[in-house]
Amino acid sequence: MKPAFFGINAAQAGLFLAALLAVPHLLPNEYYLSICILGCLSAVIAVGLNLLMGYAGQISLGHAAFYGMAAYATAIATTRFSLPIPVGMALGVLLSVAVAWIVAAPTLKLRGHYLAMATLGFGIIVSIVFNEAVDYTGGPSGFVGIPRLSLAGYDFASDLSYYNLMAVVLALVVLMSLNLMRSRTGRALRALHVSEKAAASLGVDIAAHKRFVFVLSAGLAGLAGVLYAHYLSFIAPASFGFSFSVQLVVMVVLGGMASVWGSVAGAFFLTALPEALREFEDIDILVYGAILVLTIMFLPDGLAGGLSRLARRLRRSGGAS
Amino acid sequence: MLSGAPQYLVSGLTQGAAYGLIGLGFTMIFNTTGIINFAQGEFVMLGGMLAVWFAGSGLPLVAAVLCACAATAVVGALMERLTIRPLAGAPAINAVIITIGVSILLRGGAMLAFGKDTVVLPAFSGVTPIMALGAAIQPQSLWVLAVTLALLAALKLFFTATLQGKAMLACACQKKAASLVGISVARMALLSFGISGLIGATAGAILAPITMTAYDVGMMLGLKGFAACILGGLGNPFGAAAGGLVLGVLESFGAGYVASGYKDAFAFIVLLLLLFVKPSGLFGKAGVERV
Repeated sequence: MKPAFFGINAAQAGLFLAALLAVPHLLPNEYYLSICILGCLSAVIAVGLNLLMGYAGQISLGHAAFYGMAAYATAIATTRFSLPIPVGMALGVLLSVAVAWIVAAPTLKLRGHYLAMATLGFGIIVSIVFNEAVDYTGGPSGFVGIPRLSLAGYDFASDLSYYNLMAVVLALVVLMSLNLMRSRTGRALRALHVSEKAAASLGVDIAAHKRFVFVLSAGLAGLAGVLYAHYLSFIAPASFGFSFSVQLVVMVVLGGMASVWGSVAGAFFLTALPEALREFEDIDILVYGAILVLTIMFLPDGLAGGLSRLARRLRRSGGAS
Repeated sequence: MLSGAPQYLVSGLTQGAAYGLIGLGFTMIFNTTGIINFAQGEFVMLGGMLAVWFAGSGLPLVAAVLCACAATAVVGALMERLTIRPLAGAPAINAVIITIGVSILLRGGAMLAFGKDTVVLPAFSGVTPIMALGAAIQPQSLWVLAVTLALLAALKLFFTATLQGKAMLACACQKKAASLVGISVARMALLSFGISGLIGATAGAILAPITMTAYDVGMMLGLKGFAACILGGLGNPFGAAAGGLVLGVLESFGAGYVASGYKDAFAFIVLLLLLFVKPSGLFGKAGVERV
């Protein structure tokens, strides 16, 4: 593929990073900053899940498990074993990657609803372990006292510094995804989405590519998991259950399948929505459900598709006048 | 070691029959529309909660259960008409996300209407256990098994002896061909959501005296039902019922002999192992695809 695309991708990601870094200066108070941090974390997972779902066409209803196991791994490593934070984080991501690599082989042979069921079952088993292995995880009441992130002597003590770090991480993940999809591997993934047999006949190693993208997306979920643990310094199984796995899938679909930017938009939208609905108090859950249903009904190709259609319409009406 | 076996078997079969009914609901909708309905568990919740509510407002128990089932069938039909049919032509994943949205709506609505408390429905015919084969059998367990069998028989009759049932089977086989011979595929989808609501609510209402119920029981029950139909081979209604029984019994023995905290995990581990060995379920045929 022409290197020009990589230049365009880098420029896009650079603009995105600049926009992200500008956000804190527009916010009225610190509280919104913590929502933005959670939004960035979700966006990292959603972008990774989109590589698997949107591009390669494989579903995972268990991604919260990879997010959670990395968070618990670094929590246990940095407290019980007093390992340095970078080592704990590396172990966390490594655990997600290793488990994904093992699970991928038998799971990704399944298709469609059977694949959905297998990943769902995997996610539930892992979340039950988080709840039941009380000696290691603290059980349902959670794991407290995880140290706040500090790297190379710099403490990310303020929310602003943490947010800036998250913005850089998210921009890099976006850049990596955009470049990946422009690469030979990215084209192979899209090809096997359309037809596995056709892709195989053209020499694409189906199993290896599926496994690669599954492990990659699990690794990104793990990365978000370790950053989550060292941000909140408290984790509980409820954050890594089936509901969050479903929410991640909703982020990808709501944002627009096979759109990196769509996944980012979907992640921020779904993270901010419950906060925006606080004023509805008791009926916030109803409004949340209704918005979800209506968005999918009226924007079948997601936020990304809706925005690009809107842009086209504006351009056309602009050209006519 | 095997001392509790008959007891575990009975409670497993009871629970499994309910899972089977829930799986049956999934299968009905999947066959006519190709959608996995994540609101299926909420139908089960509604069945139990509405039955409690109707009974609490003075209706006799039987009438309360029937009203709850009928009301949930209407909810199912409305769901199809208002949220699924307008989607026609959109990818299936969108419809699945819609069903997730609807399940959030139903769960939230139930929480507002009935509160967050766990409630219990009176058993249909007392709680004096019947001693047989070394197990104490709750009369309600017999009700669950009997109602499940009756519903299965009724469905069998529906599919083989009525025009509507045959039309629905035709839709499941080939939608385009079905519409060519004058079957309204849209009406069959509506009917399948209605019947699914009815079956799900029945499962919820007959199970409520044993397990109790609350606004948030739907999700786990729905997942077990989904697991039941995958276990039996997706698309085969009687496979789903059998899958439910297998799942219920496995779970019960797992909880009894291994560790009760891991009860839910046990069922899913067995399911995963089965899928890895036999990717199309216990009774599913290996699909042959034409390119």
